[in-house]
Amino acid sequence: MKAIITVNAADTVGIIAFISAYLAQHNVNILDISQTIMQNYFVMIMLIDFEKADLPFDELQKGLKEEGERRSVVIRVQREDIFNAMHRI
Amino acid sequence: MNLINKDDILQVIAMIESQHLDIRTITMGISLLDCIDPDVDRCCEKVYGKITTLAKDLVKTGEDIEHEYGIPVVNKRISVTPISLIGGSFDEAGYLRLALTLDRAAKAVGVNFIGGYTALVQKGMTKGDRAFLASIPRALAQTERVCCSVNVGSTKAGIDMSAVKLMGEAVKQTAALTAQDSGIGCAKLVVFANAVEDNPFMAGAFHGVGEAECVVNVGVSGPGVVANALKTCKGKPFDEVAETIKKTAFRITRIGQLVAKEASKRLGASFGIVDLSLAPTPARGDSVAEILELMGLERCGTHGTTAALALLNDAVKKGGVMASSHVGGLSGAFIPVSEDAGMIASAESGCLQLDKLEAMTCVCSVGLDMIAVPGDTSAATISAIIADECAIGMINNKTTAVRIIPVPGAKVGDRAEFGGLLGSAPVMTVHPESAEEFISRGGRIPAPIHSLRN
Repeated sequence: MKAIITVNAADTVGIIAFISAYLAQHNVNILDISQTIMQNYFVMIMLIDFEKADLPFDELQKGLKEEGERRSVVIRVQREDIFNAMHRI
Repeated sequence: MNLINKDDILQVIAMIESQHLDIRTITMGISLLDCIDPDVDRCCEKVYGKITTLAKDLVKTGEDIEHEYGIPVVNKRISVTPISLIGGSFDEAGYLRLALTLDRAAKAVGVNFIGGYTALVQKGMTKGDRAFLASIPRALAQTERVCCSVNVGSTKAGIDMSAVKLMGEAVKQTAALTAQDSGIGCAKLVVFANAVEDNPFMAGAFHGVGEAECVVNVGVSGPGVVANALKTCKGKPFDEVAETIKKTAFRITRIGQLVAKEASKRLGASFGIVDLSLAPTPARGDSVAEILELMGLERCGTHGTTAALALLNDAVKKGGVMASSHVGGLSGAFIPVSEDAGMIASAESGCLQLDKLEAMTCVCSVGLDMIAVPGDTSAATISAIIADECAIGMINNKTTAVRIIPVPGAKVGDRAEFGGLLGSAPVMTVHPESAEEFISRGGRIPAPIHSLRN
């Protein structure tokens, strides 16, 4: 199963480092990363492969979300299908 | 190869987070035909058992999908076989017991509405149907989550004017019995012509007799997404407006298709249909009226509104139909007054009148929806409003409906509060001239000539 992680933040120090470390710790593979600045906001998009992960999907979501809240940034984890459904036939 | 298309991903997130894109409802249709029993107790027991077994994971599945995909699934609901058929041999008290059983089952599984307290009387009423219709006011007053609908006309059968008369009276009695809550019982009561069997939206959802054992139907929503897309079309010709709406409707419906397939798989039910309706909510920026105004009308309800709505309704269908393997339900633009901030504003300003709304129902997906009228409106006038809507539906081969609330004690200009998704409605003017003699005739208005298509 693949998923998309998106992050919007004003301040980026340590966010990607945290997410990458967290994913590595749980055996989640990062397939692609893209980042950009939109209206002074940093936006990071990451495609991950969740197949061999050692924790359930909802716990991964919860772990990242809680960490995001501590740093006042929004970290979303959504299954990739929703993006494909809308834009690919 | 670049695996991520940044713009696509950010567009989906913007639609969900700032333009109110959501799955309005996952509705599980359950057949109760095997629960029929001459004994009221046994019948109720079977109905409760079947609903609470088949729908036990419905709410959790909706929530799981919401979390995994990151799209809100606002409502989880149930529709059942028309109850007038299940209790065909019951008296009024028996039907009331069934209503209370449905309410209990809905609470047990945690859904906010259960539809299917329904009778289909477009060509006449059986003994059971009459007992059922008599039970409606008390059923709606004594239950919280049960939704009721009655089909009184169709293109094929004409209009049962005796049933229309009874429904005007039922609306008045329901309002009286729920007077302490602004007549909220009437917000759960719809009178239809050409009712559809797979509609996932309340209050008119029921599980038709031609449907499978257990089915999942999904209703998407997204007036805010369409409105946002139209902001890029300012001053452009209508061809471009229609194209923009079609493309947006396609995207919205794809999400509905994904959720419907996933939900039906997880619940072990058949995938029924995706309903393409644009369903507004009272939230700012989630309004069908706003879409019409973005096309260039100063206010929804002024001259030009019907044409704008016709374009919108058609473009939504054209865009959505290719996005889903099975499209059904009502599929179009809803115009519920109390549930749409733009409609409320326009009605309060006096621009949007009942007569204009009636014209709009010729080209929208359903009919007069969530309209508050003065408490002293007579049963005959309400029946006459129902008859007008049924005539539009019958002649134009479309579904029409009336969900009207004669708010006890309220006058024109007051505002009735229903709370939550039902919103609040300004009390609108009705014509004071009587239709009493017209309605008291009874009998049937014959089916139109174009019903003879064989």
